Amino acid sequence: MLSKKNKEAFFNPLSKDNPVLVQILGICSALAVTASLEPAIVMGISVIAVLAFSNVIISFLRKTVPTNIRIIVQLVVVAALVIIVQQILIAYNYDVSKKLSVFIGLIITNCILMGRLEAFAMHNSPWPSFLDGIGNGLGYTIVLLIVAFFRELLGSGTLFGFHVIPQWCYNHGYMDNGLMILPPMALITVGCIIWVHRSRNKELQEN
Amino acid sequence: MNKNSNAYQILYAAVMVLLVGTVLAFIYMALKPKQNENIANDTRKQILSALHIASPDDSQVKDVYEKYIIQDLLVDTEGNIVDSAKNVAFNVDMKKNVKLAERQLPVMKCKTDDGSIKYVLPVYGAGLWGPIWGYIAVNEDGNTIYGANFSHEGETPGLGARITEQAFQDEFVDKHLFVDGAFKSVAVLKKGQKTTDGAEQIDALTGATITSRGVSDMMADCLAPYEAFLKKLGSGGGSQCTADAIESVNNDNQPE
Repeated sequence: MLSKKNKEAFFNPLSKDNPVLVQILGICSALAVTASLEPAIVMGISVIAVLAFSNVIISFLRKTVPTNIRIIVQLVVVAALVIIVQQILIAYNYDVSKKLSVFIGLIITNCILMGRLEAFAMHNSPWPSFLDGIGNGLGYTIVLLIVAFFRELLGSGTLFGFHVIPQWCYNHGYMDNGLMILPPMALITVGCIIWVHRSRNKELQEN
Repeated sequence: MNKNSNAYQILYAAVMVLLVGTVLAFIYMALKPKQNENIANDTRKQILSALHIASPDDSQVKDVYEKYIIQDLLVDTEGNIVDSAKNVAFNVDMKKNVKLAERQLPVMKCKTDDGSIKYVLPVYGAGLWGPIWGYIAVNEDGNTIYGANFSHEGETPGLGARITEQAFQDEFVDKHLFVDGAFKSVAVLKKGQKTTDGAEQIDALTGATITSRGVSDMMADCLAPYEAFLKKLGSGGGSQCTADAIESVNNDNQPE
């Protein structure tokens, strides 16, 4: 059930083989939805769900998929799951689905999905594929949350929409940094996280 | 069977697409009623928000909405009321309501807690990535804006999407649609810019030039056809005259 290989499939993507920090995949959506924490969390959960289930489905199909059209098959599976997630959100959590607007649909274009399907699910059985999907989704979500934490705190002075920076700071001339809300600072924040991550994991450093 | 033969590939793709299509269609059908209800409730919340009425829980939105909205009207460009059936304004699909010549002009007549009458006018226009829309509540004088609420489909979060924030919407409050008796709408302009025709203005959103301009254009385009209606409201005794008109329309509609 949890052999060494399965454990690796689950835990490696959290840090040592993180899809955002090490493989530099899924950067686009990591920049887009991280202006505040709430959409970042829902986006993370959606990606985990889509990634885990598409990994499992492709893993079941892997022996029947014709090599020539395998990318198309993967895309159809991912697109179908994304549409399902989107429809469920509209039906049961309309407010958040409004906030995430186009980004749920853009999960389809998230490179992590195609990357994991090609690299892992096409060659492994369903259970390890499921763990790999959850692991990579979590790795992505963790980075999203760290970025969103700093951007929301410094950009709007709030966390989950609640004001956390006390009023006396503003009275003494502190101002929310509007630049943090904009995409460039998201990229710089991700860069800083990668920097810290590499300095703590010497084996990841390139010469 | 050879996995890379053309027949196998075509068959595989066809079966897969058929299967996926069926599953998606089924899910869509199953969730549709719930989604429609959410969307209708959301619209009600937006209208209530334009009237500065705090949104209640989803389960109560409909009751609260029906308590405050006392009548739905459709008016023409001359300001005459053409229909006043229940929910007739609420059900107008603004998306299909684009061509000026065929445009239906919905008005929701509301009574707030202090007994004053407000008129809510829906507006619909284009943002940067997709449609934007909103509800403008106007005082009984047909001139002063009482409240506004804006929504969007896919504006950039943190930039254009900020038109949904209260701070932006509150800027419209107490602005006037008419200047010296002429319809001017309310312009959304960058700080430092001035309107050339003397219309009242509010500050645009930083980093959202196109969306701000979209709001400005939407206000002008969608409210202009109401000019006659709003003027009728404004010219003293306007409410009296519309009340009579409603009466006559109601009588026309009833067969007995």
